[in-house]
Amino acid sequence: MKLGANLIIGGALFLLAIVVGILAPWIAHTDPVMDANLMFAEEPPGREFWFGTDAQGRDIYSRVVHGARISLTVGVFAQLINTIIGTALGLSAGYWGGWWDDFVTGLTNLLLAIPSLIFALAIMAILGPGLTSLLIALGLTNWSFTCRLARASALSLKSQSYVQASKVLGYSHFRIMLTQLLPNMLGPLIVIGTLGMGGTILAEAALSFLGLGIRPPYPSWGSMLSEARDQITTAPWLSVFPGMAIFLTVLGLNLLGDGLRDILDPQSRSRRL
Amino acid sequence: MTLLAVENLRIDLASGDKRHVAVDEVSFEIARGETFGLVGESGCGKSITALAIMGLLQRPLMIGGGAIRLDGRAIQDLDQDELQRLRGKRLAMIFQEPMTALNPLLPVGRQIAEMFILHEGASWREAERRAIEVLARVRVPAPELRARDFPHQLSGGMRQRVMIAIALACSPDLLIADEPTTALDVTVQSEIIDLMRELCAANGTAILMISHDLGLVASMCRAVGVMYAGRLVEVRSSADVFKAPAHPYTRGLVASLPRLGSRAAVGQRRLQEISGVVPSIAGFPPGCRFNPRCERATDVCRTDEPAITSLAGGGFVRCHHHG
Amino acid sequence: MSVAITMGDSAALLEVENLSVQFSVGGRLFAGARTLRAVNGVNLSLRAGECLGLVGESGCGKSTVALAILGLVPTTGGAITVDGMTIDAAGSINRRRLARSVQMVFQDPYASLNPRQTVRRTLADPLRLHGVANRGEIEDRVIDMLKRVGLTAGHADRYPHEFSGGQRQRIGIARALILRPKLVICDEPVSALDVSIRAQIINLLLELKESLGLSYIMISHDLGVVEHMSDRVAVMYLGKIVETGHWRAIFERPSHPYTRGLIAAIPDPFAPASASADKVRGEIPSPFAPPCGCAFHPRCPIVIDKCRAAPGPELARLDDAHEVSCWRA
Repeated sequence: MKLGANLIIGGALFLLAIVVGILAPWIAHTDPVMDANLMFAEEPPGREFWFGTDAQGRDIYSRVVHGARISLTVGVFAQLINTIIGTALGLSAGYWGGWWDDFVTGLTNLLLAIPSLIFALAIMAILGPGLTSLLIALGLTNWSFTCRLARASALSLKSQSYVQASKVLGYSHFRIMLTQLLPNMLGPLIVIGTLGMGGTILAEAALSFLGLGIRPPYPSWGSMLSEARDQITTAPWLSVFPGMAIFLTVLGLNLLGDGLRDILDPQSRSRRL
Repeated sequence: MTLLAVENLRIDLASGDKRHVAVDEVSFEIARGETFGLVGESGCGKSITALAIMGLLQRPLMIGGGAIRLDGRAIQDLDQDELQRLRGKRLAMIFQEPMTALNPLLPVGRQIAEMFILHEGASWREAERRAIEVLARVRVPAPELRARDFPHQLSGGMRQRVMIAIALACSPDLLIADEPTTALDVTVQSEIIDLMRELCAANGTAILMISHDLGLVASMCRAVGVMYAGRLVEVRSSADVFKAPAHPYTRGLVASLPRLGSRAAVGQRRLQEISGVVPSIAGFPPGCRFNPRCERATDVCRTDEPAITSLAGGGFVRCHHHG
Repeated sequence: MSVAITMGDSAALLEVENLSVQFSVGGRLFAGARTLRAVNGVNLSLRAGECLGLVGESGCGKSTVALAILGLVPTTGGAITVDGMTIDAAGSINRRRLARSVQMVFQDPYASLNPRQTVRRTLADPLRLHGVANRGEIEDRVIDMLKRVGLTAGHADRYPHEFSGGQRQRIGIARALILRPKLVICDEPVSALDVSIRAQIINLLLELKESLGLSYIMISHDLGVVEHMSDRVAVMYLGKIVETGHWRAIFERPSHPYTRGLIAAIPDPFAPASASADKVRGEIPSPFAPPCGCAFHPRCPIVIDKCRAAPGPELARLDDAHEVSCWRA
């Protein structure tokens, strides 16, 4: 049955990535940055180096495993920032209306008009590369979809009479937004948040690939791909393993998001006859 | 002269791999030009009975048994093509919410005209002319102008008149009206009901009126059928169903609703309640379905479904302790 | 805008004087705004323990009057005094004080409860908000209120979707009464319920009125319910009150042609196809474009020239507390 499979497979893949990231120092074979032995440069995958080695003689397996930490940290926390900003702005805009709604909608439209990756690029160029800059850049540029969703939910929910009842009971506006509206719109937000994580992981990979995210020698899946650019035909293992890691993690998040949507937000499920 | 005969109709609801019986052993007849009402609350099955007659049931609902005869001919098993030939020409239906029943993208005049084109092979010009005539007959003021309006430009009462116009355009033999006035204001409701009555009497069209409002149905129809939890529990003439209801449910309904003039007559007494709640399809009680809420229930009511008992003044009741 | 607490007349729980509520609809960048006069010079009063029935069809403004009394909608004229407080509009602190005096029972039991909150939380949160800190007291009051509305303590930890429509409405009533208000506005409290359980809720509302000493404003389009429950009745049409009086006077000696039309429109099972001379014809005009002169004149069976020209008459006294606004009265 389609229903549970998405959730289970997606959840398993994502969980795997997280566990790998957490346990990285223990399951990696070598230090991903320091242990470089030119004697073993560009070895194909074998018994000692499971995923092979790169041009500096560093173990790809250990680098992929440590890369999980970085990529997932960026993905999860950047998306968290996105969700918080988007929800706060969208919920308040939908509830209040008036000039605040106009302002937020205008801001959202502006943001949507700029390709988010380019915007993040620009911010990274100003802030310089590094983990913190990445979090800021990705966290501040991808909230527009969440904002729209939160706003639409707030608009439709605020006309329910239990919201009016809260006003009549003397609840303050803030309390109403937090206790009456927010709990009733969590479903779609969680789904978008999960799917968005896949997006931020990809965005980090892209930025690092372009040299603006995580700089070598630190292993991020994207920067590993960048380093392997010229050796795709000669040493494919340099690209395949980090690439697979990105692919499986993002696939897992997408499946998880779809699976969660089936449970939490059944109305947007596509009709299966 | 029996126009419509429903015989032991059963409608099933498929839910997962289970099958529930939504409507069971429903039988009634409507003569040519007669008005008959079907009364009941939410979930009693009155609306799906109407849909079954029109052949509009969709999965997960389906006819599970019994027959529906139009002029003696069984129509419950006809395919969609044959049913489409019947609909509009011999059977017509109007619904509660005209905004969803009318096409929002076409002017109303055109939607009426389509009836003449489809069923009577009229030309466009002819059909549009007749559409304006029909609008005038349903007392829409300035019909030539209104014919060009879109549904959202009209008020609720006007939209309902348009629905009636479409339904009666080709003078069908039977008009089924499913809660046609529930969404309308009371003064508009009264006018629409009068209009329906007049037009159908003029055309000889029979009416099957479906509503939860017993007073409305009784004032409009010659005979009334009361449905509860998928069964017809009482069929009587309208006067009798109010003056001397036989089934405890009908009696409870009549007694529980405050009517104008009763407070002046007997004071602000406590209304007689019917205890409990309307059962859902998945949880119909065994035996007589009304037994958990009935003050007269005895052991036999909890085990045996009551059979049909014909009554002296006409009609019947399904109760072990009727009268 | 603020709420001032004044020493008012203790006998009159609610005084509404010349209330007007206007809405501006549209009016963005390129389209002009249209004015909707939802309420136009309405006067009402209510004593403690009284039930006032507010009757009218779409566009008459009865719901807007209710919202104005609850402080949920800004007013454009007139004054409302509830339980000693004068409302122009309530600020957030004073909204709390108002909440302890006026509450509302809503029409749709399926939309009026937060689906993510248990019944206990729905009833207890308002108490906490209004300063009841003692957990024992909160629990006692919640259970007491559940029992009063015909539910049990065991229902407290369930979610709204586990209840039937009638039970949800009982929970809604419990919520309205948990702060012990003096005035409860009931907006079509039984229209969305199954016919066979309406009597339960009507009886419950009347019992609670007696046992808790409540006053009601009963808004309903069902004249049978209004007649059964109200001490006095006010009939509204397009923002104005056209007739008001004791329930007996309104239902036995209706004077305004619209009131008579409303009564004549009720289907009578014992007199089918009655062509009553009182029946009202035509559509209800849009509140955006009310007819000039007396707003009812296009549909009035007894209209004369004066009705078309002059604005409708003020409410004039017919006899003992029975007032009507009609040139032909």
